[in-house]
Amino acid sequence: MAAELFPNGVASYAAGGVLIGLGTALVFLATGVLAGASTFLESTLSYVSDVPRFARYRASRDWRVVFTLGMVGGAAAYALAFQDGPWVTAVQPWRLLGGGVLVGAGTRLGKGCTSGHGICGVGSLADASLVNVATFLVLAAGTAQVVAALGVTP
Amino acid sequence: MADERHPLFLPVVLAGGLLFGFGLAVSRMTHPEVVLDFLTGEDLGLAFVMGGGAAVVGLTVWAATRSGRSAPLTGRRYARRLKTLDRNVVGGGVVFGVGWGLSGICPGAAYASLGVGNWPILWAVAGMFLGAYAQGVLRTRLAGADVAAAGD
Repeated sequence: MAAELFPNGVASYAAGGVLIGLGTALVFLATGVLAGASTFLESTLSYVSDVPRFARYRASRDWRVVFTLGMVGGAAAYALAFQDGPWVTAVQPWRLLGGGVLVGAGTRLGKGCTSGHGICGVGSLADASLVNVATFLVLAAGTAQVVAALGVTP
Repeated sequence: MADERHPLFLPVVLAGGLLFGFGLAVSRMTHPEVVLDFLTGEDLGLAFVMGGGAAVVGLTVWAATRSGRSAPLTGRRYARRLKTLDRNVVGGGVVFGVGWGLSGICPGAAYASLGVGNWPILWAVAGMFLGAYAQGVLRTRLAGADVAAAGD
């Protein structure tokens, strides 16, 4: 049963989750900010756009760029140490682009993403985050299964 | 504000981002295929990524908040992350969920995916900026229309 549900075990998943949590906790303990990943989209848009919704993130936009560059760098460090060359997805570009548009719009409308709501908000036992996570999990599982049933691979 | 920042502010943020991105790569959430396998029920291990992260953050936030102290680099009082629960939280969750299920990517994982050499993820990053931009423009217009309507 467990082998069926977890064909790759759970250790690497749990270890990754703990490291993600430690990164978030470090920033929180030092600065008091519980940082998610999706605010970076709007805060970075404030460099090139005058839309008022983006302007309110001006104060945090520089450190959010640093935080994101850190994420890229951390993953690159892992790849250099444990990966044989670059890893490239086989998921089709239209799915990445189309899905990306919905992810960008949905996370900003919904006030957070997998990290902002899923880790910071759930860790805070915030009702808004629990509702948001339950909603996106159900919709994502349904969508992925419909897409797979339609024969789109990968 | 930037002038008053503690000199360690940006280095700590960078270190946090490095840990975060390294963890995303360890969990293989940087691979959209792994996320899609989770969402179609073929490998449920990904639940331990959010579970592990939320547990660490939950304990940290609980202990820090209970201490009643403030963060050393900013003087900000420790507090939980509480957003207002409204229709947008649900509507945004619906839109995000469909996008996540279609692509297998979310914001943090997409940034980190660049680090493992996954250049096609740039499609997703471009899409996320487009989506966030469209959302911002549209909501600003709607808010403007509300104000105009209220003035009538």
